[in-house]
Amino acid sequence: MERDVILHKVRTALGRSAGQEPTLPPPARVVIPEAAAEDRVKSFCAALEALAGTALQASSKEEARDYVASLVAGKTAVASNAPFLAECGVTGLAEVRSGINGREELRELCATADFGITSAEYALADTGTLVMLSSPQEARMVSLLPPVHIALLRRERILTGLDELLSLIPLPAEQTSSMVLITGPSRTADIEQILIRGVHGPGQIHVILV
Amino acid sequence: MTAYPESSVRKTLADPKLQLAIYSSTGRLMNHRRAQVAPAALPDYQELRTQANLVKKHTIENLDHYLEQFEARVRAHGGAVVFCKDGNDVSDFVLKLAKERGARLLVKSKSMTTEEINFNERLERHGLEAVETDLGEYIIQLAHQRPYHIVAPALHMTRYDVAELFTEKLGVEKETVPEKQAMIARRTLRQKFLTADIGVTGANFLVADSGAVVLVENEGNARMSTTAPKIHIAVAGIEKLIPRAQDLVTFLKLLGRSATGQPLTVYTSFLAGPRRASEIDGPDEFYVLLLDNGRTRLLTDREKRQSLYCIRCGGCLNACPVYRKIGGHNYPWVYSGPIGAIITPQYHGVMHDPWLPFASSLCGACGEVCPVKIDIPKLLLDLRSEITKAKAREGKGRIEKLSFRMWAWLMRHPKLYEMAGSMGAGIFGDGERKGWVKRVPGPMNVGPLKAWMSQREFPAPAPKSFRQLWRERRRTNGA
Repeated sequence: MERDVILHKVRTALGRSAGQEPTLPPPARVVIPEAAAEDRVKSFCAALEALAGTALQASSKEEARDYVASLVAGKTAVASNAPFLAECGVTGLAEVRSGINGREELRELCATADFGITSAEYALADTGTLVMLSSPQEARMVSLLPPVHIALLRRERILTGLDELLSLIPLPAEQTSSMVLITGPSRTADIEQILIRGVHGPGQIHVILV
Repeated sequence: MTAYPESSVRKTLADPKLQLAIYSSTGRLMNHRRAQVAPAALPDYQELRTQANLVKKHTIENLDHYLEQFEARVRAHGGAVVFCKDGNDVSDFVLKLAKERGARLLVKSKSMTTEEINFNERLERHGLEAVETDLGEYIIQLAHQRPYHIVAPALHMTRYDVAELFTEKLGVEKETVPEKQAMIARRTLRQKFLTADIGVTGANFLVADSGAVVLVENEGNARMSTTAPKIHIAVAGIEKLIPRAQDLVTFLKLLGRSATGQPLTVYTSFLAGPRRASEIDGPDEFYVLLLDNGRTRLLTDREKRQSLYCIRCGGCLNACPVYRKIGGHNYPWVYSGPIGAIITPQYHGVMHDPWLPFASSLCGACGEVCPVKIDIPKLLLDLRSEITKAKAREGKGRIEKLSFRMWAWLMRHPKLYEMAGSMGAGIFGDGERKGWVKRVPGPMNVGPLKAWMSQREFPAPAPKSFRQLWRERRRTNGA
């Protein structure tokens, strides 16, 4: 079998034998800086806006819902099944379709909707990143197919950065088949290095911090 | 065996439009990188490089262990790992699977590994359509070319080239505005995503402790390819492994910055197996094809196996004065620039492109920017030495050997050496005492000397040699 042939070649090249324990790996390098909650919020908003995303601060869930309402007014939107969206009252808005569990139905909706509305597991302050874990509450398509992505999350979910994320979730695969980090709107520079937004994923991203 | 592609290189050098495209694009990428790795932006940049080097070294030296661990983790999550000797094994697997599932259309996200094995052509020969979905790769595929650059495949084309290409291949009105061109591609490719049966990707990293494929991109096409179709196939070299998900902290900080000067690219996908039972979307089937294709041969050389640490950021291409003049298509394989110059001879044998490691000024810029600290200049020298030895074994390079033997003999005979020196000064120094020697007298202007002098000048010899001056001083000092 090709598997055994290749593994044998690898071992011969390295002078190792089957089942031999590996040498001790260098410890993973994880450095978590100290940062007050207010600074994390500030840093996240600045980083996201530098990427042409929009960061909005809502002082209450109602305010967050009103932000969403003003964004989607007169357009069509699909919301994920995240409980936080229902808590904020977003799923009650007339423009918003939600509670969809069928893959094909969700796909049809996402392919035509103007907005995709999700929550996010975490956000990263230093890069302005959203951390999405795929789950029954959070399908992958909602933040991907529609041309505009709106995300609502609690302010305290903002972590300092990658180091903190992967020390909180050292094994993401235990929880989900898909962890996606989203850092700003979709972009390309493949033609003459000219920056173009929204080439396949959403060209606009709005994050509402509650 | 290939020869140095002289006429094609000259054509590139003589094309001002192309020169400008290469120079400005690589320059821009280089500036973006420089700003993002500066101490003010990333104070621990050097520590991260050292860590990345140590982790890669450890992984490569224990590769069999991590391959087995990775395989076990993928299986535990309901996916499958297939070991492939070469491109044939890859296409055989995909063709068989496509036949069993009745699949006809594949969407692909950018992958150098599939370029390496001419994946698309192999499938097309059997009636399957494989569509590239990264904008740059899509353009290149329409033009039937290979990537010009590891991270910017269509770097050599202008918006006007793209306009003509789209009109010719897609039958659209001529459109020269890049934003609108991108929207044409978005519309065309969106249809492909939604109807494709299989999504094919490469892998930036394979995470052993998670059985995960990590994909780094800006457009969203890799996410599309791994979300919409029912089957996801990742094709990756066996060297792509890293031990732990936590190691991504180090590698992700380096990759985006070194490639395009982004602290993180827009999308980073960490994909571990098919969708779980309760998840709404994602692929039902998940395969990782682990490709050898010559990599186990590289592994045998203790020193040169560090070439396998490469994370394909393209940083060494942007920094290389040779790449920035001759561009990507003059290199003999899909991997261009300094990294191409060290891995191509190791994959294909040193005598396949014996000129390649010599096409470098050894300025060291590639080694300096490498995020995983591959000592590219040193490896270029090692390969040069191997090639020279191989040539000697084949009885080539006899003239070179003879001249060095003559030189050695001359050096051992001081009187003759001095005579030869003053003769040389007489010939070359004539009329150009204070300047540079630009040409040599006709009868000597042949062979290697002619080739050397066609691109270079050297300083005119001093009017008096060191020995002459020494003797004169001793005389005046009365010693």
